Amino acid sequence: STTGESWSLTLTIIYSKTDFSNPKSGWEAKVVEFFKDRLKEKDAHTWVPSLNDVPLHYLKPNSLVKFRCLIQDMFDPEFFMGAYETVDPSTNAKVLRCGRYKDVTECGVDFNSRNTVTAERQTFYCVPIPGENPWVKEISSSSRVVPSTSYAPTRQKRSYEEDDMDDMDTQPQKQREPHSGWELVYIYFLQTHGNGDCKRQETEAPSSQTASASHLDLNFPLPGEKGPSCLVKVYEDWDSFKLNDTLEVFGILSVSPALSALADEKDASSSILDPTESMETAEEQRVHSPPASLVPRLHMLYARPLPHNNPLLPSATLEDNSAFLSSTLSEMASVRAELLTYLTHVLLGDALAAEYLILHLISNVYARRDVLPLGKFAMNLSGCPAAALYTQRFYQIIQQLVPSSFYLGMSLQNMNQMRLVPKKDYVANRLVSGALQLARNTFLFLDETHLEQGQLDTTGVRNVTALGNLISWQKVDYDFNYHQMEFPCNINVLIASEGRSLLPSDCQIHLQSQVSPPNMEEYLSNIQLHPQTSSQLNKFRIYLSVARQLDYSISDEMTKSVEDDFVDMRKDDPQSVSAEDLHRMLVVARLLSLSLGQTSLTRDSWLRAKHIDMLRRSRMEQHQCVNGNEP
Amino acid sequence: MSSPTSTPGRKRGRDGNPATPSSEGPTSPPSQRRRGQDSSNGDLMPMPTSPATDMLSPAAPQDTSLFSSPRASVLPNEVDMSSPLMYGTPSSRVEGTPRSSVRGTPARQRPDLGSVRKAPQVDLHSEPPSADGAVASEPNAGQRLVIWGTDVNVGTCKEKFQRFLQRFIDPTATEDENAGLDLNEPLYMQKLEEISVVGDPVLNVNCLQVQSFDAELYRQLICYPQEVIPTFDMAVNELFFERFPDSILEYQIQVRPYNALKTRNMRSLNPEDIDQLITISGMVIRTSQLIPEMQEAFFQCQVCAYSTRVEVDRGRIAEPAVCRHCNNTHSLALVHNRSAFSDKQMIKIQESPEDMPAGQTPHTTIVYAHNDLVDKVQPGDRINITGIYRAVPMRVSPIQSNVKSVYKTHIDAIHFRKTDEKRLHGLDEDAEQKLFTEDRVQTLKELAAKPDVYERLSSALAPSIYEHEDIKKGILLQLFGGTRKDFSQTGRGNFRAEVNILLCGDPGTSKSQLLQYVFNLVPRGQYTSGKGSSAVGLTAYVMKDPETRQLVLQTGALVLSDNGICCIDEFDKMSDSTRSVLHEVMEQQTLSIAKAGIICQLNARTAVLAAANPVESQWNPKKTTIENIQLPHTLLSRFDLIFLMLDPQDEAYDRRLAHHLVSLYYQSEEQIEEEFLDMAVLRDYIAYARTYINPRLSEEASQALIEAYVDMRKIGSGRGMVSAYPRQLESLIRLAEAHAKVRFSEKVETIDVEEAKRLHREALKQSATDPRTGFVDISILTTGMSATARKRKEEVAQALKKLIQAKGKTPAMKYQQLLDDLRGQSETAITKELFDEALRSLADEDYLTVTGKTVRLLA
Repeated sequence: STTGESWSLTLTIIYSKTDFSNPKSGWEAKVVEFFKDRLKEKDAHTWVPSLNDVPLHYLKPNSLVKFRCLIQDMFDPEFFMGAYETVDPSTNAKVLRCGRYKDVTECGVDFNSRNTVTAERQTFYCVPIPGENPWVKEISSSSRVVPSTSYAPTRQKRSYEEDDMDDMDTQPQKQREPHSGWELVYIYFLQTHGNGDCKRQETEAPSSQTASASHLDLNFPLPGEKGPSCLVKVYEDWDSFKLNDTLEVFGILSVSPALSALADEKDASSSILDPTESMETAEEQRVHSPPASLVPRLHMLYARPLPHNNPLLPSATLEDNSAFLSSTLSEMASVRAELLTYLTHVLLGDALAAEYLILHLISNVYARRDVLPLGKFAMNLSGCPAAALYTQRFYQIIQQLVPSSFYLGMSLQNMNQMRLVPKKDYVANRLVSGALQLARNTFLFLDETHLEQGQLDTTGVRNVTALGNLISWQKVDYDFNYHQMEFPCNINVLIASEGRSLLPSDCQIHLQSQVSPPNMEEYLSNIQLHPQTSSQLNKFRIYLSVARQLDYSISDEMTKSVEDDFVDMRKDDPQSVSAEDLHRMLVVARLLSLSLGQTSLTRDSWLRAKHIDMLRRSRMEQHQCVNGNEP
Repeated sequence: MSSPTSTPGRKRGRDGNPATPSSEGPTSPPSQRRRGQDSSNGDLMPMPTSPATDMLSPAAPQDTSLFSSPRASVLPNEVDMSSPLMYGTPSSRVEGTPRSSVRGTPARQRPDLGSVRKAPQVDLHSEPPSADGAVASEPNAGQRLVIWGTDVNVGTCKEKFQRFLQRFIDPTATEDENAGLDLNEPLYMQKLEEISVVGDPVLNVNCLQVQSFDAELYRQLICYPQEVIPTFDMAVNELFFERFPDSILEYQIQVRPYNALKTRNMRSLNPEDIDQLITISGMVIRTSQLIPEMQEAFFQCQVCAYSTRVEVDRGRIAEPAVCRHCNNTHSLALVHNRSAFSDKQMIKIQESPEDMPAGQTPHTTIVYAHNDLVDKVQPGDRINITGIYRAVPMRVSPIQSNVKSVYKTHIDAIHFRKTDEKRLHGLDEDAEQKLFTEDRVQTLKELAAKPDVYERLSSALAPSIYEHEDIKKGILLQLFGGTRKDFSQTGRGNFRAEVNILLCGDPGTSKSQLLQYVFNLVPRGQYTSGKGSSAVGLTAYVMKDPETRQLVLQTGALVLSDNGICCIDEFDKMSDSTRSVLHEVMEQQTLSIAKAGIICQLNARTAVLAAANPVESQWNPKKTTIENIQLPHTLLSRFDLIFLMLDPQDEAYDRRLAHHLVSLYYQSEEQIEEEFLDMAVLRDYIAYARTYINPRLSEEASQALIEAYVDMRKIGSGRGMVSAYPRQLESLIRLAEAHAKVRFSEKVETIDVEEAKRLHREALKQSATDPRTGFVDISILTTGMSATARKRKEEVAQALKKLIQAKGKTPAMKYQQLLDDLRGQSETAITKELFDEALRSLADEDYLTVTGKTVRLLA
């Protein structure tokens, strides 16, 4: 956007008389290939306007857009006319057309044509990544190039026929690229704009959009979320996607008003005799064919799985970007030291807790052995002062560091009323989301200091069980009414409590405040939310995301030495160290090494891991029997 | 219902064309055959009720050219069951001559096959190929009549099906499947006889049997069900009324094929399946109310009262504009009461959880049930459904002419088969039938042939959990289970085949992890925690269904894991009332329910895998199992194997453990996969063995079992203890059978018994060793107390009695005082528990009574 120029890449496929019905021509694959190649050029993907940032009515229908999202639900596959023939009523001329990447056919479909090809596609209901923090949104929207498609909102009043005409008739700008037997025409608009004008228009997102959406439940996993949700139509390989995957979808936007017309006119014209009418309930209609102005359709050309949603990291994987990796690795140790100082300050001067917090923030389920998730490191931060909203303040600071997070106050009311586990609604035929339907590596902050005395009802018990399962097995059992289905997840859970938490955790650390209670109030008010310059904050953000993605190994010598250590420890006092403890120490050692940018275990790291674990445990002994949750 | 998409499907079917004429035989020209057939069967034909059908009576001129005209759609050979002509006017129905039964029996509409078919027959010879899209591929076939768009020749098809009915004998039939049928007689003729007796005019035909009899016929049935099934109907009715001319049926027999193709997964349905016969499995999630669907509209002229009937075509009625009788325009009015309706119900089914790939949500499909299939299934039922897959284009709006390019798909149900209903009858091979490919079976058999298969499998079980080899072996045997036996004839009822296992031990010894693993491994597993479950959660409860407002029985974990494994964690934390329901389940394998007017007995043939923590957080080696976990011995004796999971605490073990854990943490995914057997292979192996292997005891094995049992009893008898009860013998048999299953052996041999003995002994050694004497003492588990402990209790009671008597005449004593006195007197330590027990036994003798802190003498 700094160049003052804006680009847009609009792709339109023109359907000529060529043979779309011949499945062997492979034109579909060629479209996708062509497209992927174009996106690799320079930073082509930044040209593409994003549904996340640009209000829907500024985007041009049938243009190429991208969407950073999470697959919230998967609908049933649908059959559509992959190719069909239309008859011109005046001339009786037949034209073969293509139905891919479109929702609505052209006029005059010949249903009895022998050239009709039925094809199959899948629909995913996608929502923006739940709990994505404001800084992520800010940075990703500022890094993009303002698209030239930003035109005055009057645009939306144009009927869709006009839009179609527009696409079809921009002949002068077409470049024809004849391919064997099929023909695609890509239209590039290269427009130069005085930037400021459009940009201002865009950023003032009209409030009407969100307001009108309110009557429609967009099924966001977390309460209070905003943003567009989208029905993504997938044409290929849909089995490779899984629920809760995070993706960046590149596709063709379809907001045809005809789609909404369906819902509106249904009541008036419904006839009992039409067999197709009685199939869906009103609820199902609403969910599966919402007005396109609220839930646009996106016809996927290509989707990039997102290993993370940190916009500060280059979009290529770390292995492919060795320059970036080596420069960050060399800085890791120093950034870690800075971060440690900062977090120590935040944690009331407790350096050990700060160190554990770093380990927790970079933990990640990197593998599963049968049912055992490896690498998880759920932490219980006990001894949190209840005063002065310390936990909220603490969460706000973490929020600045991690890309996505969610604060769950474990008050009795919340536990008894909130829907944590997604549940299938068979009437509307959709998966009603719950707060535990989160993207990978989301930071989940459970604030137990809010828990008061009272009784958990059935929902409450179920919610607590679900949280326990999440922590112990990193899975959530979605409720399908007649059965449950298990979905693995990868969520960093941190429980803040006064005493030991009622939930299980991989490690409990008792906060030792260096601040005397009378001064607490003052100390807290002095913790600044943004003490750093944004560049330093960004360094922390990059540091945490990179550390999490590093590979790790243990050499044979280190294996041997760890074994020796374990045997020695057990020799002295068999009760002191159990297999469970070794499990935890191995995780701590791993995270400790990664936090220092080391990709294999060293003797020093192992000793340090042992040391801090020992410190932590000795601290715990002092604080035993704080409440009844001790084992 | 002809959808535009049927074209590709039909094209595909055409390559089978050349086979058909050759089977007909070149010697009989179709036209001749037709005539002969007509005259022989003419009296069985439905009574002609309209001019169109009149032409087809035997007397009518036979002209093949007629068949290619559109009017030929009402030819008898492919008379549409839903055609109004079949119904006739009421007066014409009466005309049926009494001697002809087909005529007297009304045909019933079959909306499941599509409400309207406009499928004229075409003569491939006289018709230019372009007209029907068919390729006249057989140059010398002469005239050949097929239904438009298909390669089905009605006459041939009918004849073939009749041949099938008359001759098919199922070579693989087993006694219990076809109760009361003679296996050496043609199966379907017996079924027809059944129909004549029972009067239920539905003939279910197993497609696999059709396939084995005539592959070509089967292919046609699958590809063109809409055309072929009515032909089958005709064939079977002709045959039936020929054989049982005096039978009176409510309506004509309808053929309901099932088991089309292999039972397919909903996920694998694709556009190729449109308009074909398919069978898929799934679970019913919603059923709609009954929808009356108009089949035929009745119009009456307001002027002259002339009436006419119009068939509903694709949901639309073509209202006649002119009265044919009085020539008035727009004088006809629809009379609802006299229109014909059929019942219809929308059913939604969802993929079975077992069929789904991980990480995806289940798909749903809409099914329409018609006529008597309405209300056959309820939400929650697991069914196999056979029907025709349909796709209908969606209209965006009646005003706009362009359409949403999406089709709505549904299945017109022809046949339902509840899979869980079969489970109730104890026949579950069908529901469990996982189809294994030849290759897979080969792999599994190769694996089974390996001498160390038992060790291999047990080490493949939960590789992340270190050692505990015997426990894994026990769980492995549990996964396979014993052979199911039925002794209900002799009054014993079902014999438990499932192996129950209890794991107890220190917290943090990965008991939960083992449970989780097992729960994830077996298809019908349930995982529940003793802390969070109530008795109703385990068994069943009655609730009001929010949708139907009917009382429904919601089944709990134990019933849901029928034929699977129910994993119960924190068994010790379970409340007593909850635990008590387990008594019935764990021995009788049933669950009796009597609540809210629902009294029933459900099957709960589940194996229980439970884990319990010691009452004191650490296992106390000085106490017995019972004392450590404080579970009622009545329940404990129902476990075949009770394992202790303890921390062994020796250096070599520690080293191996450490090595195991470290490698667990850094090995890559691939390495692990090389090392261990794939979980999927293990799962298939178990499923295969459970389905196909039913080992029986061999002579030697029985002998070995008897010896083992006698030995076990002998061990104890020397010390005045009993170390084995019949239950232990049953356990041994189950374990031996399970071990034979592991080997894919149909016979239980001595090695199986040896392993069962070993494992049983190991488990006993761990859990039933009397900590005071070091001997294995089964009475710990059966009576809750070891024989020595019982003796000790007696002694203390006697000592206490003496003490009290020595005190002389004191009617009341302080509890604490008495305890202190006894302690002072005795040379062995007297625990409070022991003292209480002694008091209790004296109270049982009516010698004294304890109230609060006072002990009163009674005598």
